This record gives sequence, C-alpha cells and structure tokens, in this order.
Amino acid sequence: MSDHDLPILTTTVEKVVQWARRSSVWPVTFGLACCAIEMMAMSASRYDIARFGAEVFRGSPRQSDLMIVAGRLSRKMAPVLRRIYDQMPEPKYVISMGACASVGGVFDNYAIVQGVDQVVPVDVFVPGCPPRPEALIYGIVQLQRKIDKQRSFA
Amino acid sequence: MHATAIIEVLSRRLPADTARFEAVESRDGMPTIFVPAEQLPEICVVLRDDPELRFVVLLDVTGVDYYPRDPRFELVYILVCPGVAGYGTAPKRLRVKVRVPNDGHVPSVSSVWASANWGEREAYDFFGLTFDGHPDLRRILMPDDWTGFPMRKDYPVQIREAVKTYAPLQVSEEEFLANVKAGGRPAASKASGPAGRHD
Repeated sequence: MSDHDLPILTTTVEKVVQWARRSSVWPVTFGLACCAIEMMAMSASRYDIARFGAEVFRGSPRQSDLMIVAGRLSRKMAPVLRRIYDQMPEPKYVISMGACASVGGVFDNYAIVQGVDQVVPVDVFVPGCPPRPEALIYGIVQLQRKIDKQRSFA
Repeated sequence: MHATAIIEVLSRRLPADTARFEAVESRDGMPTIFVPAEQLPEICVVLRDDPELRFVVLLDVTGVDYYPRDPRFELVYILVCPGVAGYGTAPKRLRVKVRVPNDGHVPSVSSVWASANWGEREAYDFFGLTFDGHPDLRRILMPDDWTGFPMRKDYPVQIREAVKTYAPLQVSEEEFLANVKAGGRPAASKASGPAGRHD
C-alpha cells in the first residue's frame, strides 16, 4: 500500500459543517393554506425529498432547521409565525412558498401580510400558485447551495 | 311552512298589530320575515318554543351592509327546526331579518340560542354592530387591537399597515406568584383577552 492509497480524506472543518447542515435540512411542520398540500406531496412517496436529505418534518420548532411558509399569512397569524421562528435553533432558514407568502398573492387586502419578509428573514422565494412539488424541491436545492456557501467560521 | 303562516303564529303569541312582521319574497324559496329590532328576544323565544314553530337551532348570524341605503345595516338570522322527536313536526328553515336602527344597537339573542354568542361577535367584529345584553362582546376573528370594521362597504380594503409581531410576554414576580396560587390559570387581572401578546 503506497502513501497516497491511505484510507484518509482531508478536508476543512468548515466544509464538513456545511456538508452536514445542507444534508439534513429538517423543515418544521407549518402549513398555512393550500400550498401546504403541495408541501405534503413533496415529502410523500411520489416526489420524496428524502432524496435530498430533507424529509423529516418536525412537529417542534426546537428540532427544525427550516421553516417553509406555505400559504398566505394573516396579520393575526404573524405573531405566531414570528414566535415559532424565534423558537427554532440557529442556524435556521426560511423558504417563502408561493405567491401569497411572497407578496400577498391575490389577497391584496387588510387581513393578509403582503410578503412574509416583513416578519421573518427569507432565504429562498418559490414562485407559483401553488408551486408544484418540483418547484419546492428546486427551492430546497437552492437553499442547500446557499448553505454550502455559508461561511461558518468567517 | 310558509312565511305568512309563521307570521300568523307570531301575531297570535305576541298580541299586537301584525304590521310589525313582514314576509318578503326570497329567490331561494326559504321563508323570510322581517321583524322589529326592539322586540327581537321576545320574538325569538316564541320562534324557539312555540310547538308549531320549534326553531331550536340558530345556524348563523350575519350582518349585511347596504351602504348608502338607509337604514344601512341588516342582520340575518338563519333558523332551523330539525323536525325530530320533541323538536317540531317537520324539518323547516326560516330566515329572520332585522333592520338595524341607525345607532347600531340591537338586542342580543344569545340568551335564546347559545350559538348566537359567536355569531353576534362576528357581526360586531366585521360590521361594528352592538348587541345589547351580550355576555362577551369582543372581536372574534380580527386581532384584538384592530381598529375599524372591515366588512363595511366604506372600509379601505387595501390598507397597508405595519405588521405587528409580538412582544415577549413579560410577567412580574407578583403576577407570577398569583398565577401559581390560582392553580396555573391566569389571575383575574389577566383573565380578559391575551394581554401582552401584541406590541
């Protein structure tokens, strides 16, 4: 066995951390409206985000990395959303799913928050009404690429 | 049961002139009557308890804004007689309408049907109508600190206001101890409404 055949992989701690974070993005169960149906379809057998290491929807924000805001956010719900976001441990990410969550969609009225970025910082916006599960998977992959570039020890 | 037959029973049970009750045509064929606002609870008791009527279920209370007509608001009560043993002879429905006086005050019927409680709260929340005698008249769907009544026709629907999130609930030591003494339930001072949830 020569020297360069040793079963050793050299890397940096940062790369390992990035790999670990992006490979198990656990979303919090937080469906607000019809987009949540597509979100559930995404996690079910046909589309299966387990392929991307993000299949474990947690019932508790304390165990989650990702919040998928799936649907229109009413003004009365905004404090609840913010509180759930605050309960998630760092590092945490937010995907704004669909037209309503991103800009209010068809609900241009007093009751609906016109974009959840007024309440929580959004990493990825997924367009669509509702987005197809493939679109949301693409959004999660984009988020994983973003996590991959995130400097943990800057 | 036709609307005129219902009015006949009402007039028999509430001795006064029949002109107070008015049957109107409805497109869906449901019997529809107008009743005066000031006598609403008495009329509703008859509608509920009379053996010929027995409208024991109040399905819905909703307001209608006919702005700029005068009187501006109407209330619609959807009543149901289930027509099962002890509750009427045949299933039937009735739509009771009330023209709301201009001061916006209507007597509450939550003492007649318990389900009126939330329906009247909704009508208050959306139309700003006040139900006298209601045990707990506060907003039900909009946030507690909301100003204005959104279902009014002159309400600016597309208003843009800053989104309120929340301020962390701050409990002083005395309040905390009082809560513990009350067995985990909020003490009397904090019992009404989710105080401190909003900025």
